[in-house]
Amino acid sequence: MSNILDGLKYSKTHEWVSDDDGLISLGLTDFAQEELGDIVFVNLPEEGDSIVAGEAFADVESVKAVSDVYSPVTGVVAQINEELLDNPALINEAPYDAWFVKVSDVEDSEDLLTAGEYADFCKSEKE
Amino acid sequence: MKLLFEISSSGRRQSLLPDCDVNEYKFDPSLLRSEAPRLPEISEVDLDRHYTELAGETFGVNSGFYPLGSCTMKYNPKVNEELASLRGFTGIHPLQPESTVKGSLEVMGRTQAMLCEITGMDKMTLQPAAGAHGEYTGLLLIRNYHRDRGELGRRTKIIVPESAHGTNPASAVMAGFTVVSVPSNAQGGVDLDALRAAVGDDTAGLMLTNPNTLGLFDPGILEITKIIHDAGGLCYYDGANLNAVMGHARPGDMGFDCVHVNLHKTFSTPHGGGGPGSGPVGCKSFLAKYLPSPEIVETADGYGFSEAENSMGKVRSFYGNFLVVVRAFAYMLTLGRQGIPEASENAVLNANYMMRKLAPAYKIAYDAQCMHEFVMDIGPLKDEVGVNAMDIAKRLLDFGIHPPTMYFPLIVHEALMIEPTETESKETLDRACEVLLEIFKEAKENPELLHSAPNDCSISRPDEVNAARNPVLKYIFE
Amino acid sequence: MGSYIPNTVDERLEMLKSLGLSSFDELYSVVPEAARVRELDLPDGLSEMETVAAVSRIAAKNKVFDSIFRGAGAYCHYIPSVVKAITSKEDFVTAYTPYQAEISQGVLQSIFEYQTQICELTGMDVSNASVYDGATAAAEAVLMNVDGRRKKKVVVSGAADPQVIKVIRTYCDSRNVEVTVVPVKDCATDTEALRSAVDRETATVYIQSPNYYGVLEDAEDIISASHEAGAKVAMGVNPISLGIMKTPGEYGADIACGEGQPLGLPLSFGGPYIGFMAAKKDMMRKLPGRIVGQTVDADGRRCFVLTLQAREQHIRREKASSNICSNEALCAMTVSVYLAAMGPEGLKKAAVCSASHAHYLAKELSKLDGFELVSGREFFDEFLMTCPVDPDKLNEKLAENGILGGLPIDGNILWCATEMNGKADIDRLVALVADIVKEAE
Repeated sequence: MSNILDGLKYSKTHEWVSDDDGLISLGLTDFAQEELGDIVFVNLPEEGDSIVAGEAFADVESVKAVSDVYSPVTGVVAQINEELLDNPALINEAPYDAWFVKVSDVEDSEDLLTAGEYADFCKSEKE
Repeated sequence: MKLLFEISSSGRRQSLLPDCDVNEYKFDPSLLRSEAPRLPEISEVDLDRHYTELAGETFGVNSGFYPLGSCTMKYNPKVNEELASLRGFTGIHPLQPESTVKGSLEVMGRTQAMLCEITGMDKMTLQPAAGAHGEYTGLLLIRNYHRDRGELGRRTKIIVPESAHGTNPASAVMAGFTVVSVPSNAQGGVDLDALRAAVGDDTAGLMLTNPNTLGLFDPGILEITKIIHDAGGLCYYDGANLNAVMGHARPGDMGFDCVHVNLHKTFSTPHGGGGPGSGPVGCKSFLAKYLPSPEIVETADGYGFSEAENSMGKVRSFYGNFLVVVRAFAYMLTLGRQGIPEASENAVLNANYMMRKLAPAYKIAYDAQCMHEFVMDIGPLKDEVGVNAMDIAKRLLDFGIHPPTMYFPLIVHEALMIEPTETESKETLDRACEVLLEIFKEAKENPELLHSAPNDCSISRPDEVNAARNPVLKYIFE
Repeated sequence: MGSYIPNTVDERLEMLKSLGLSSFDELYSVVPEAARVRELDLPDGLSEMETVAAVSRIAAKNKVFDSIFRGAGAYCHYIPSVVKAITSKEDFVTAYTPYQAEISQGVLQSIFEYQTQICELTGMDVSNASVYDGATAAAEAVLMNVDGRRKKKVVVSGAADPQVIKVIRTYCDSRNVEVTVVPVKDCATDTEALRSAVDRETATVYIQSPNYYGVLEDAEDIISASHEAGAKVAMGVNPISLGIMKTPGEYGADIACGEGQPLGLPLSFGGPYIGFMAAKKDMMRKLPGRIVGQTVDADGRRCFVLTLQAREQHIRREKASSNICSNEALCAMTVSVYLAAMGPEGLKKAAVCSASHAHYLAKELSKLDGFELVSGREFFDEFLMTCPVDPDKLNEKLAENGILGGLPIDGNILWCATEMNGKADIDRLVALVADIVKEAE
């Protein structure tokens, strides 16, 4: 069973969300990285880009696939995690440390799941 | 195996060019490179042996059975190679006066005419250099058509079945369209209700391979093209699978407005390790005015150049991969009226023959009479013993058989797509089936053997993750 | 009639029977009658001997020139015998794209070697495995940096090969990318006009050097002006010239591309040719098409694979930056064998001889009345010259003597010489030209 951290919020497209005084960090969950396999590259937006809830803001590449990463919130990209560009393996090794972007000026957010709800959701996805 | 740069030895050279017999021209030093390129320095004999070694590490159609689905790896007749080497073709500058290139123009003009007859089209261009390049060119015909009618602004969508080759959606985007994907029905064909729901006054056209990537001829084809036409769109035929139907059915009669064909698949020109190919594009006469420039047309004294009145411009320099066209021309002359349909019907026969022999063991993804290829679904075997399509493909290498296409089409998750082609004998098919059935048995009895395959190749499975995470894309000189 | 089907008629019937069928027609029962065709209007098939005779007869209708003084995008250079011998090896000729690395190390390693050689030649960091030709390479190159938002325009030198400009226009037009063609001044890019054409929305500037008129561009100026405006620069080059001339990398270009035909491929009426593309490291993931990388196998041995595949159409589908699938792999191998056979010294000799012959030709021709260089700028192995008589008439007379003269351009002639045009060849040409002009007076 994949690791799900209490205290974070989750989307049904397998992103985790943490809120640090209005600055929202987004990343991929452990469940997602397991499904994707070894991640070899990540395409990130640029700082200052607007991102929209429900739309893709990044993608991750494995050897034989590319998958979109969706934003659960609408806002402006305040920071990107440049470390991921050099070392995408971090997403596999420590998915909850491997934040993709930090978002400011958040205007809107999808309804997010709690850790418990997300665990149930993952279980249903597996079936 | 050593690289060219590792067998290089400073000062070694071949005596290829005479010394310059005029005063050597001296450029201003600011225009010159500061260091010579580090090209290898190798004697002729060592160079020759280097490539002999590389050739030994390369599997071609001449090496063995190559049932690579959707690629039509048929035998490449030697006579076509010889004819493409004639100095009367290789020694011709593309910008020679028209009167001095009548032979080249005749090859192109007659090839166009034969391809028009085979596809049921009115006009053809040989300029596109490959299948994907042909797709792009065909979509530009559609784009120009809508633009002329003042409808390009709203007709922005190209409909592509979800089972399509990746080039289809990529070509549509390059041609300035957006892509609408339609699902397949339970029989593997286009879901007509979904198609009806997808079309509208924003439909620019449809791209379709028929038979499709499951190797099935879509029986609803006439209805499909009618739905698109009724919505004001045009129909593009991806000729990747033409080898199934040439001489028996024509895209032009199925309702398609333009097509591309792959000379390096259907018309037996060799793949060359990934190219050069050639992707001629044909169209009905109402689209001909947009064809790339120049056109090759019939004239009073043979064939000559001409310009389409409203040409899209150029998609490549000059006239296309001419020597590839020469090979295909020779092939069509050899096969002729009788040989063209004979080739496709035997391709279909060979595929069905193999499918029937394998069906008792392997799950056939859509179990119906197939055309020139069929798809096996390794999903059940994976669930049962953990052996996947890749494992089976890699195990085949140990038996000297090139693996089928893996993991395509995407709608079958553990797909192995087999296309034997017409140039394989019954014995070859029988042996390949025996091997595949043996591997099926191995999968159940000794799955580890398959996970570790191949065991008889010069390398074992490469670390592709490392290759992509830490790209080393050229030799690092010491 | 000809056929490449091994199975006899009896064997075919037996196979049909095993499927429960009695005729080939039944294999097509699923095809609606309206889409069926019963007989094609094609000639009867031929035996191999007849095909050889028929096609050879057609080839003989072409005129092969013994002496060629025409370039303009396709160049007649010496091709070492070993090149054709090696690239005719059946395994190379008949293999598919090397997706199955375990049985494709030969092709993969050769592409890796090709990529290395292209990087060496151009002074770039990364090369792809080839595209269709020089024109599509240029078109793909200018689009690499277009993002549809901030960068949506390209600027192209009007002194580039007109065919290249046409293909760039086609590729850009369909993607709604605006193309500005910079005017030509004194057979080269008008640098001032270029400066004012480039702005913050310009993704890429394309220049060619030596350009269509043979002239070496002020690449340094153009590149620094473009970079100041935030645009990338793609530089088209004649690869033979790089045996001696300053590389795109040294000039500071971001992308180098060009037509690889001069490196071992015959003229062949325009194809197959090969487009090479190389770039600085920061553009690596924007390169279109296949790329080979080095890695290790499960037992730790060095090996090669197709890599960074998630850029490509078969994975990224509608989000791929290019649709290219088939490339010109065998031509890339040809280039690689050519460069290995020539070595740094051989390539230098080809470059020096071509330039020296061209400059000798220019000097000798300009001794004749009415023949003057149109521009005083430095050129490599091609130059534009005035002509006191109708260039087509001049060429007709030369053709009678087995010579393909330079390409007529608006009353002038674009001449080219390579290592193939030795002094005797040039002297004969110039003598003939003198006679023809005298006759015309």
